[in-house]
Amino acid sequence: MMQLSCPWCGPRNVNEFHHDGPLHRRPDPAATTVDEWRHYLYIRQNPHGVVEERWYHAAGCRKFLIVKRDTRTNTVIPAEGEPR
Amino acid sequence: MIIGAGLHGLATAYYLAANHGITNVAVLDKGYMGGGGSGRNTAILRSNYLTPEGVRFYDRSLKLYEDLAAELNYNVMFSRQGHLTLAHNDGALRTMRWRAEVNKVQGIDSEVIDPRQIKELVPHLDTSTDTRYPILGGLYHPPGGTIRHDAVVWGYARAADHLGVQVHQDTEVTGIDVTDGKVTAVRTTRGDIATGTVINCTAGWSTIISEMAGVEMPVTTSPLQAAVTEPVKPFLHTVVVSGTLHVYVSQTDRGELVFGASVDPFTSFSTRGSLAFAEGLAGNVLKLMPALSGMRLLRQWAGLCDMTPDYSPIMGPTGVDGFLVDVGWGTYGFKAGPVAGEAMADTVANGRVPEIIADFGLDRFSSGRLVGEKGAAAVGH
Repeated sequence: MMQLSCPWCGPRNVNEFHHDGPLHRRPDPAATTVDEWRHYLYIRQNPHGVVEERWYHAAGCRKFLIVKRDTRTNTVIPAEGEPR
Repeated sequence: MIIGAGLHGLATAYYLAANHGITNVAVLDKGYMGGGGSGRNTAILRSNYLTPEGVRFYDRSLKLYEDLAAELNYNVMFSRQGHLTLAHNDGALRTMRWRAEVNKVQGIDSEVIDPRQIKELVPHLDTSTDTRYPILGGLYHPPGGTIRHDAVVWGYARAADHLGVQVHQDTEVTGIDVTDGKVTAVRTTRGDIATGTVINCTAGWSTIISEMAGVEMPVTTSPLQAAVTEPVKPFLHTVVVSGTLHVYVSQTDRGELVFGASVDPFTSFSTRGSLAFAEGLAGNVLKLMPALSGMRLLRQWAGLCDMTPDYSPIMGPTGVDGFLVDVGWGTYGFKAGPVAGEAMADTVANGRVPEIIADFGLDRFSSGRLVGEKGAAAVGH
């Protein structure tokens, strides 16, 4: 079973979380070009390896958290100082 | 040069040789033939999609599948048992009526039927009204069915091989050389190959290959899990799908029930199955067919799906000259294999994009002309 460690709730089953993916910055709608905006809308990173991404603890504390995960194996890499 | 010796890669190679006489083709694969999505899907064929572009495209594929056994001289065991999608709420029923009308305009046999007709067609379904998700109706598509997916892959591979195509398994692509915006060579674990044309047919791994050529794609990879039961006597003569319950069921000629679900809700390249999937699947199957409660699952597995934002594929040329893609096949790649191969071969041989895939270009994400198929493709197998 895959577990994520929520900083507020502790280790929980991955089913409780919603995957939001690698962080990407939204361009300023007032200043952006059409190409930049569509790039933001559609182009996604699809890392094959370790990725830092955002998850949402939907069925728990409903807070966002950053998780480091290897997408090849789904191994979660604990942050520095975090218990394993 | 075709990367990926699955159904799409091999079909493209076959049609290049058979339809256009181009035989200096090599198909590379890091693993073995048909070891990816081609051997992991649930082998369901249908063409009852939502957009006219999608319906035309998938129907051409179904037509090619019809004659495939004769064309390849290989028994692909196409079983045209009919395909039934269930509606458990008004929204689903509305989409089905919409799909049925789009389908009929394109000349495809597809109609909405009521629970009484559903019960006649599939007596084992629980069509009572006192369940959590009562069945309100269904979209019935008689030309749909199942096929033996390995046989399709092997049939294409053998036919392509007879025509002079080379298939190199266990040959992983490690890099693609691009000079002045044009492909010049492919680097592999077994040596470098000079080529001016590369077709990326690597589905779940396609972003890795596209990145080598410097092409960005709106594709993410998620696993999709499936499972199979022990064999029993034939009792299910129709492919049954429920979008609400995230499940599709069919019975093979050997008697096993094949179950599929929706993609896992996060991106990953891992093909390990999960207990959560098996539990969820079993619960949902029993809601549909309570009589199956004594059956045992034999095994479960996962395949990788290259998901696009609009649930339609990405086919044709890219910004790099000589680098073509046939990707973004999400959960619907197997049923499209023959038409994708035919169209990609046409694109390469004649240097232009044929009309049947003109709407599926990578440029649609910069022009904004998406082909939204989520209503008919997500959990619709």
